[in-house]
Amino acid sequence: MSGITRRQALGVAAGTAAGLAAAGAAHAAVRTAGPRAHGAQGTASVPGSFDEVYKGRRIQGGPMHDGGHGGGHHGGHGAGYAVRIDGEELHVMRNADGTWISVINHYEPRATPRALARAAVTELQGAALVPLALG
Amino acid sequence: MTVRKNQAQLTADEKRRFVNALLALKRNGQYDTFVTTHNAFIMSDTDNGDRVGHRSPSFLPWHRRFLIQFEQALQSVDPSVALPYWDWTADRTTASSLWAADFLGGTGRARDGQVMDGPFAAASGGWAVNVRVDGRDFLRRALGSGGRQLPTKAEVDSVLAMSTYDAPPWNSSSDGFRNHLEGWRGVNLHNRVHVWVGGQMATGVSPNDPVFWLHHAFIDKLWSEWQRRHPNSPYLPAAGTPNVVDLRDTMRPWNDVTPADMLDHRPHYTYDTAA
Repeated sequence: MSGITRRQALGVAAGTAAGLAAAGAAHAAVRTAGPRAHGAQGTASVPGSFDEVYKGRRIQGGPMHDGGHGGGHHGGHGAGYAVRIDGEELHVMRNADGTWISVINHYEPRATPRALARAAVTELQGAALVPLALG
Repeated sequence: MTVRKNQAQLTADEKRRFVNALLALKRNGQYDTFVTTHNAFIMSDTDNGDRVGHRSPSFLPWHRRFLIQFEQALQSVDPSVALPYWDWTADRTTASSLWAADFLGGTGRARDGQVMDGPFAAASGGWAVNVRVDGRDFLRRALGSGGRQLPTKAEVDSVLAMSTYDAPPWNSSSDGFRNHLEGWRGVNLHNRVHVWVGGQMATGVSPNDPVFWLHHAFIDKLWSEWQRRHPNSPYLPAAGTPNVVDLRDTMRPWNDVTPADMLDHRPHYTYDTAA
């Protein structure tokens, strides 16, 4: 287990999720925004935001305000979309056909970022993500 | 001369030497540098940007070069060692000798996926997972979980029959041999095997599981079999393609090797079969 308390995790989320549409919803047990027009950056198909507790872990997703140039936090993968698990960013990538993969499930595409986040929670079996780092 | 053999045909002594060389590279830190390199490429290779190691034509020559470098590292420990390959169309169950305790060890336990036997089990003390994407430092697997099936010989043959190496847009949506072998389209060969093994093999840090090398040695062998079936089919694209490694472009991270340099495996190793 991660040993990170829920309060700590949400604190991290509040501190780092500036690019997430869901930022500020730190007390929400489940807050979900359905698919909607989030395509201000030009691609109408960018999925909407989500914020929910899945299997006891907070998962959040949403378009990044910087248009997906990496936000300076790591080597740019250009997803234009950020996913977090208990406040820690899950590295995600969009495939050309619109499906998604993450560093946790890198060889099995999922239809949506939310499905990808849920798959990662299942795979993690309670373990904490470690911060993104490119060797 | 290095001869890559089917893992099922290795003698007990060959298995022991291979395992010991892996453990030695782990101890001296070299092993983890390969995991780091792979993860860096898998996280940065994108369908609409620079792509070198994956989801691109250079998937095959990049991994060929990567495996040669790894094999040379093994041979620096024990010159008799060569990378074996895992023909997952033939050895397709958890009962394969590949997963026995004298070789790679078996699947993970239900509770946390932890591999409990073999030389790479956490309890052996010699195989800490240091380059990782989550907090777990023990090797995990979930062989065939969810009833997943490894690709069949017929599925492999259907991909080997594709005469065009690769096609625009040279990424995960491409038609052609490379992308069908990689698995983003069609019956799905390479990607599906990563998922079938599960654990770290399904993640960006997949080389943490030694089976990574045996899987990719077989993918590499399938490339050579494809070349034999289609002697007039060249590597594509030839030149001038943005974000993509053309035939005579150099590949990161080595910057001194091109796909053209990697087309013929025979200067580096041969196989135990006529491939």
